[in-house]
Amino acid sequence: MTSPLLSVHDLRVSFFTEAGPARAVDGVSFTVHAGETVALVGESGCGKTLTALSLLRLMPTGARLAPTSRVEFDGADILTMPERALRSLRGDRIAMIFQEPMTALNPVLTVGDQVAEVVRVHTALSGRDAWTRAVDMLALVGIPDAAARAQQYPHELSGGMRQRVMIAMALILEPALVIADEPTTALDVTIQAQILELLRAMRERSGMALLLITHDLGVVAEMASRVLVMYAGEVVEESPVELLFSAPGHPYTEGLLAAVPTLDTSRERLRTIPGTVPPPTDWPAGCRFRERCAHAWDRCASDAPPLVQLGPAHRVRCHLVQEPERRRT
Amino acid sequence: MTAQTTSVAPLLDVRNLTKHFPVRAGWFRAPTQVIRAVDGVSFTVADGETLALVGESGSGKTTAGRAILRLIEPTSGQVHFGGRDVRALNAASLRALRREMQIVFQDPYGSLNPRLTVGAAIREGLLVHQLAEGAAAEQRVRALLDEVGLRAEYATRYPHEFSGGQRQRIGIARALAVEPRFIVCDEPVSALDVSVQAQVVNLLRDLQRDRGLAYLFIAHDLAVVAHMADRVAVMYLGRIVELAPRAALFATPRMPYTQALLSAVPVPEPGRVRRRILLAGDPPSPANPPSGCVFHPRCSHPDRDAMCANVIPALEEKAPAHWVACHKVPAAAPPSLPSTLA
Repeated sequence: MTSPLLSVHDLRVSFFTEAGPARAVDGVSFTVHAGETVALVGESGCGKTLTALSLLRLMPTGARLAPTSRVEFDGADILTMPERALRSLRGDRIAMIFQEPMTALNPVLTVGDQVAEVVRVHTALSGRDAWTRAVDMLALVGIPDAAARAQQYPHELSGGMRQRVMIAMALILEPALVIADEPTTALDVTIQAQILELLRAMRERSGMALLLITHDLGVVAEMASRVLVMYAGEVVEESPVELLFSAPGHPYTEGLLAAVPTLDTSRERLRTIPGTVPPPTDWPAGCRFRERCAHAWDRCASDAPPLVQLGPAHRVRCHLVQEPERRRT
Repeated sequence: MTAQTTSVAPLLDVRNLTKHFPVRAGWFRAPTQVIRAVDGVSFTVADGETLALVGESGSGKTTAGRAILRLIEPTSGQVHFGGRDVRALNAASLRALRREMQIVFQDPYGSLNPRLTVGAAIREGLLVHQLAEGAAAEQRVRALLDEVGLRAEYATRYPHEFSGGQRQRIGIARALAVEPRFIVCDEPVSALDVSVQAQVVNLLRDLQRDRGLAYLFIAHDLAVVAHMADRVAVMYLGRIVELAPRAALFATPRMPYTQALLSAVPVPEPGRVRRRILLAGDPPSPANPPSGCVFHPRCSHPDRDAMCANVIPALEEKAPAHWVACHKVPAAAPPSLPSTLA
């Protein structure tokens, strides 16, 4: 097997809050291979966005990275490299697409200038050539009349068009890895379908790897080949996508899948997960999901379950893996 | 009657509702344009029924919901609730009517007063409508909290102490306090996580069953609607383009826009091959809607022609209880009687 493009080892990010230290990301490890699409799924507060931001050292102020955490991209350690080296990596070999393009784009520059700037900063191309390349890229991501649109400001474009601009900026230098944080969450469903189609087409074309952060299991099913499910700052399940949906190993994944409403109109009650996600200042001891879990027994309160291998490429953080007879039906 | 005919008068009857917002180039200038947010919408809601109003941003669904309650004044059209002409009511009668028509908002963070305890927020409606006071009011608040699945002790706490799902439960308890017959639910679960969303969807359905409530359920999430609605009205650019019972709408959508909308929903089944109708471009602006059928510039119907571009299609009953605004959808033949019965 070839070595992974991105390798994250024991990522830990914490904050100091009035209520005490918050271990928002607590020992996350995973890999992404070249050309692969990996989804990081979970509900609000599970740490998925903070994980994504930390990979590029874009954490908010006050966030503390544990010294033992390592993030290797193509063999280089991102967390310890000098700021200059990191800046040249960001945008060139690793790019990021954010949820809300209105706040991620600069309101006082035309969108053409913003896309061209990426080219000028990272290549030797002159202003005019960079602009031409920017316009070509805007056309490639499906912006009609790209030459005229390039002269417009972000507020003059619709949400879907702005997200296309973000994608053009992210992909113009053909990065090896794109990190997309909820790229379609702010969009209407018909526009979301266009953007997912665009991301798929660009992936085919460039062979990029995609780390997709999302809460939407429908998007996961359509886009990803491998999935990491996060709960309360930890990865609780890692699985190939088909297996995750057909045979989820963790009770949280199972509950999440059952709670998703579908277009099926047979009108059975939705299954729910009782309770709410605990705050990061107050993760329960033992298994962090046990208070909401139907199968929990005393071992779940005393021992924190490790992430154990359930099958090839399938890992689950649950004591049921060793004691399946404890499963209640 | 132009809309669905029922033998009993509907609880809510909305006809040709419009809301146009003037757009001014400057504060002291005359309006230069109008945004046709809601442009001639008719529907009914029966007692105990859920009608879903679905559509994407800018379709006018939220404006329609608020115009019905007169939280914003409609530009024209009729709204009758329980036989009363809502638009003709003076301020005092409107306040009295609000006891029967309530609203639950999308944002459980923004819709609760941060300085009122949860108990005070719920009690407000009881006092305004003189339904209970003192110890009786306290008793009612505790019962309401229990009904929406919250602990009675929470009455003394403030909104910031609760999670999003709990706040939405508080918003629901507040709406229920005055014992309404009808609630406009404006995207009530959109801001919630999946596991919590399912809890609130189930709660709304239980309350409907126990109290016989009617809902106008405004949503953009078609999967949630598939679990909540009895009938579904699809809005596009200020108009209803299709209205049908839930099962018919999801199984046999007829309007090309509805077909595209349903096909765009990502389905949580990896590897499932679906025929997706990708719409080109963005919806046009409601300030300058297309002529004829508002959907025609993005429509992919093979028979699309000059009529679509010039003549506004009426919402017509193309199959029993299945209303479609499209020139190219043929009316289904009236069902013939089975030979054994004829």
